[in-house]
Amino acid sequence: MSAVFVDVAFWVLSVAAVGFGALVFRVDSMARATYALAVSFVAVGLALLLLGLEYVGIVTVLMMVMEMAIMAVFMVMYMGMNPALMPMNMVHSPRWAAGVAATTFVGLAALALLVPWPARRGAPPVDVTTALGNAIMGSKMLVMLTVSPVLFATLVAAVVLASARGRYDRFGDDLSRRPADDPAPGGVNR
Amino acid sequence: MTLQTVLLVAAALFAVGIYGALSQQVVVMVMMGLELMLNGVILAAGGFWWFLAPSPDGQVLLLVVISAMTVEMAMGFAVATLLHRSRGADMTDMAADLAG
Repeated sequence: MSAVFVDVAFWVLSVAAVGFGALVFRVDSMARATYALAVSFVAVGLALLLLGLEYVGIVTVLMMVMEMAIMAVFMVMYMGMNPALMPMNMVHSPRWAAGVAATTFVGLAALALLVPWPARRGAPPVDVTTALGNAIMGSKMLVMLTVSPVLFATLVAAVVLASARGRYDRFGDDLSRRPADDPAPGGVNR
Repeated sequence: MTLQTVLLVAAALFAVGIYGALSQQVVVMVMMGLELMLNGVILAAGGFWWFLAPSPDGQVLLLVVISAMTVEMAMGFAVATLLHRSRGADMTDMAADLAG
């Protein structure tokens, strides 16, 4: 890719990422906000591709598109109607929040511009994705061994939190109630 | 495209996310603000990787950040569902039990 193309593409994607990110809190419905966030994530994922991060960029795009689609379903669940038709303006202390955000941006931008960043050390591997796979299955396997149980624990915890009726509801606090207290009887011969 | 410009865009995303996380009342919208902040972190980490040390190790760090974002969303949705189910609340002001 030519340098000019990379520069133009980066700025287009950057404006899209920040613009749609800001739109999330400007549009008047949750569904539109969800899709604005999805576009912002897709723009960042494509910007990662420009930075040579092929695998991470594609993962970001795919994961966030799916996540935002699921989030839109949650909106419909909670609001019980088509959320795209439901105008909303539910904020508190917007000026204070804007002040904090502006201060944060100025601070981070000053750091980005004023810090004497070191020169690049090393060169990217020829096949970035293969190198990542080798790192995950080799020297950095401990990281993935840690992330995997965390993700599994998240699955279990999320189901436990979100489920309507757990075993204590069915079998009592000491789990000794038989038969289970179910809203509708089930099983053979019940 | 330089490291500075990438970091500037990442800072803008992070700042927009902070605004949302601090100002929104609906739990899911607060989570969207947190997502935007992590979006900025991912972009900044990608910039650091490409412009400072393009080794495979940096990519692993990015995967960890993406995993953290996934965990945050899953647990956030679970807590939001629990709140909605137990007390019909979908706003942060309705779940201020632990506020001092």
